Amino acid sequence: MHAADRTDASTDAPTRAPTNAPTRAPQRDAPPRDPPQRAAAQQSPAQRDAARRAESETRAVLEPDEIRRALTRVAHEILERTNGGDDVVLLGIPTRGVPLARRLAERLEQVEGRPLPAGSLDVTMYRDDLRLRPARALGHTEVPAEGIDDKIVVLVDDVLYSGRTVRAALDALGDLGRPRAVQLAVLVDRGHRELPIRADYVGKNLPTSQRETVRVLLTEVDGQDAVLLGATADAAGAAGTPGTPDAAGAAGREGS
Amino acid sequence: MNRHLISAGDLSQDDALLILDTAEELASTAERPMKKLPTLRGRTVVNLFYEDSTRTRISFEAAAKRLSADVINFSAKGSSVAKGESLKDTALTLEAMGADAVVIRHSASGAPHRLAGWVQGSVVNAGDGAHEHPTQALLDAFTMRRRLGRLDGLRVTIVGDVLHSRVARSNVLLLSTLGADVTLVAPPTLLPVAVGTWPCSVAYDLDAALPKADVVMMLRVQQERMNAAYFPSVREYSRRYGLDVARMGLLPDHSIVMHPGPMNRGVEIAAEVADSARSTIVEQVANGVSVRMAVLYLLLGGASETGGQR
Amino acid sequence: MTGTWLITGARPLGGEPADVLIRDGVIAEIGPGLAATATGADAGADAGEGAGAGAQRLDGGGLILLPGLVDLHTHLREPGREDAETVATGTAAAALGGYTAVHAMANTDPVADTAGVVEQIWRLGRQAGRCDVQPVGAVTVGLGGSRLAELGAMADSAAGVRLFSDDGRCVHDAVLMRRALEYVRAFGGVIAQHAQEPRLTDGAQVNEGEMSARLGLTGWPAVAEEAIVARDCLLAAHVGSALHVCHVSTAGSVEIIRWAKSKGWQVTAEVTPHHLLLTEEHAAGYDPVFKVNPPLRTAEDVAALRAGLADGTIDCVATDHAPHPLEDKETEWQAAAFGMTGLETALRVVHQAMVETGLLDWAGVADRMSSRPAAIGRLSGHGRLAVGEPANLVLYDPAPREAVDPAAHASKSRNTPFAGMVLPGRVIATFLRGRPTVLDEKLAW
Repeated sequence: MHAADRTDASTDAPTRAPTNAPTRAPQRDAPPRDPPQRAAAQQSPAQRDAARRAESETRAVLEPDEIRRALTRVAHEILERTNGGDDVVLLGIPTRGVPLARRLAERLEQVEGRPLPAGSLDVTMYRDDLRLRPARALGHTEVPAEGIDDKIVVLVDDVLYSGRTVRAALDALGDLGRPRAVQLAVLVDRGHRELPIRADYVGKNLPTSQRETVRVLLTEVDGQDAVLLGATADAAGAAGTPGTPDAAGAAGREGS
Repeated sequence: MNRHLISAGDLSQDDALLILDTAEELASTAERPMKKLPTLRGRTVVNLFYEDSTRTRISFEAAAKRLSADVINFSAKGSSVAKGESLKDTALTLEAMGADAVVIRHSASGAPHRLAGWVQGSVVNAGDGAHEHPTQALLDAFTMRRRLGRLDGLRVTIVGDVLHSRVARSNVLLLSTLGADVTLVAPPTLLPVAVGTWPCSVAYDLDAALPKADVVMMLRVQQERMNAAYFPSVREYSRRYGLDVARMGLLPDHSIVMHPGPMNRGVEIAAEVADSARSTIVEQVANGVSVRMAVLYLLLGGASETGGQR
Repeated sequence: MTGTWLITGARPLGGEPADVLIRDGVIAEIGPGLAATATGADAGADAGEGAGAGAQRLDGGGLILLPGLVDLHTHLREPGREDAETVATGTAAAALGGYTAVHAMANTDPVADTAGVVEQIWRLGRQAGRCDVQPVGAVTVGLGGSRLAELGAMADSAAGVRLFSDDGRCVHDAVLMRRALEYVRAFGGVIAQHAQEPRLTDGAQVNEGEMSARLGLTGWPAVAEEAIVARDCLLAAHVGSALHVCHVSTAGSVEIIRWAKSKGWQVTAEVTPHHLLLTEEHAAGYDPVFKVNPPLRTAEDVAALRAGLADGTIDCVATDHAPHPLEDKETEWQAAAFGMTGLETALRVVHQAMVETGLLDWAGVADRMSSRPAAIGRLSGHGRLAVGEPANLVLYDPAPREAVDPAAHASKSRNTPFAGMVLPGRVIATFLRGRPTVLDEKLAW
């Protein structure tokens, strides 16, 4: 795959369908590369007020140092529960699960003195909500050479929410091989599971209301590390249904 | 176009790259023991082939099945069409059967356009007359990018019967959209009179064009064209426009040789060239499945453009 | 092989007298007074240094000096009809007529429709060595009008064919003519059409008009030529290719060609000497020496052709030299073959028809009989009288007036319509790349 093309293929990014429209529709919850004026220009005054209020109510719940420490702790937990990381394969779920998996792999390598296989697992084709939006671009799947058969696969993602992404990941794994065990590591667990899925390793438990948004920023993707908690523009008073995990997904911000 | 893929010219650069990138990801599924993905489960894809083409039909069938779609093959022989059923009535039948997508190959240019007006589902053009063959162009571009690492600025030379070739038309459109530099080489009788308006260059001298080609794509030439005076004899055509071993030696070291198939070994391409390491003819077939999977996924894998679930 | 020659006092293109020095096959110098730079006014092999040192001399006083003539349309008959003419005899006739290059038409037996046959004809020309022979390739296999011949192979052959023609027959199928025009674009070729709608001229013998009615001979209507000319001009324009119209014979054709040229289309045309001088009246005696295809036509047509040649609408004179053995002409009109010889009389006829009438000067003659035909035939090395160019030239004496005597011709055949006719002029000498092929009005070897 070609690195330059990749960032657009993220499931976190706004979806892309083969349209003739020159740009993607601006998403209110997209990472703030540009100030929201661009999105604002396409909204009604009421929507703009709501967006501004949502923006102003966003706050960081994890700072870069806290993220760093959480990952270190998770790495040690992985080593503990897998008896030294033998037969462990880390698979990050694109987009931001991938750099997180890599960071964990680095830490594990530092501690154990040997490299730990890490790769990525794109779950787009296994999602249960494909029909709700135009077909979206695929992320990159890269299974390390050792494969996953009889290995302990640790799935890595940034946010665990409804659990549907993880369910899709389990289906995808099943088609790739037969791991001995599958575990889940997430940076943030924000609750509101819709399926019987739980994380084995959690960086931070973050109880949230469904009217709130959780956004993870990572240096490799967004230029900085942060976990941001904010209000959806819906909740801040514009027209539209209040955020549910699925609807929030429909609005552009994915959760696991 | 969004609902359909009828012409390579309907694809913007973003569209085309999306298809190629998606195909890239899907290509790896072909190497797994489990080649199926569940994405199009419950969708029905109909292969409506009025022209014989085992190769293309099987490619689309494999693509649809690997995405878990149901496939219905409808060939014109021995069907109601052979009894004279019109395209429109056939379309209405397919509608009634609930086809989500119809892949159509027809000898009449424009048949997919007409079909699109009669069905709700997506129409994929698998080759219409002398007009277009967009998935062929996509798999060709995919193959070029895989072998040579880029498309922008790539020098592609297409040789042969351009006048009657839907593959040539689609390739010229798609490659120029993707930033490649296309040159057509053929006897003037096999080039359309208005070829000067196309986004490509034209040359008559193959030997002069080869040293500057990163990709040479040979088109099949039908011997029947000789009877309509497009060229005097197969011998003369082969001598002036055939890619033989000597001409292959004129190519830069990295250049690849492509052919959409089926080949006339010894006419437009020598057997040794077709079997050489430069030749991508075999991998073009495999790439065809990945590209068609990408097309079907992007057309059917999400919400329909008309809104709502399907 | 080629010596040094000094021609003194000739008039290049009919202009002021000048001397011409030929050295190593090339025109080394042109100018007045070259002779004086050789020491000793009396010529002699022992003349000392100077431009003319060691040169053979030719007194060109009173002679017109023209670039060697180029014929776009000659029938050399070999292979197949060596009883009428051979490459050797035909090129001898050409040299005597002042020609340094001829295009040999393809209606031989076998037809010149493959690389093999055109190369054979080309080689015969080189062997004979009196005149460059540029073979014309057939457009269709066997001149059958249904399948394209291997035009590319002929173009790539040693003969380097660029001019293609089914002359003798018309490429009447519109699709085939279109494809032929398109196909030759790939290598800068040109299709030369013998414009004759076959269905309109079935069994035709003479121009359709007053003569045909009076003589009771089937007529050959002008429209049968003009319709094809018009169609082919339009086809050439549509596909962006080059058309040459052979032996234009009607006023209507001249107008159509004038119109086509005004559009900037790549159309060129030729006229024969006989169509510039003779009319259908000559058929009155039923002597088939006047039977030719296309036929001799009316005085109005002759006037239009002359005017067309003068204003350049018709680019050049081409002889359509068509030798026939006696038995093919000493018959009743209907049974006789079509065609007239022309190489040895062409310049004299043009002299009478165009120069003496004031329609063309000698520079114009050089243009129409040498430069333009060389350009149309894509021949390099012919058509230019200038320093540095190959020394292909002809010296012509405009003064005498004599009757044409076919018995003195080098051509194997005697079918000239000008037999016994008094015509001006005489070709005195012809040089092919600095080597004289004709000297003192006789073949140099």
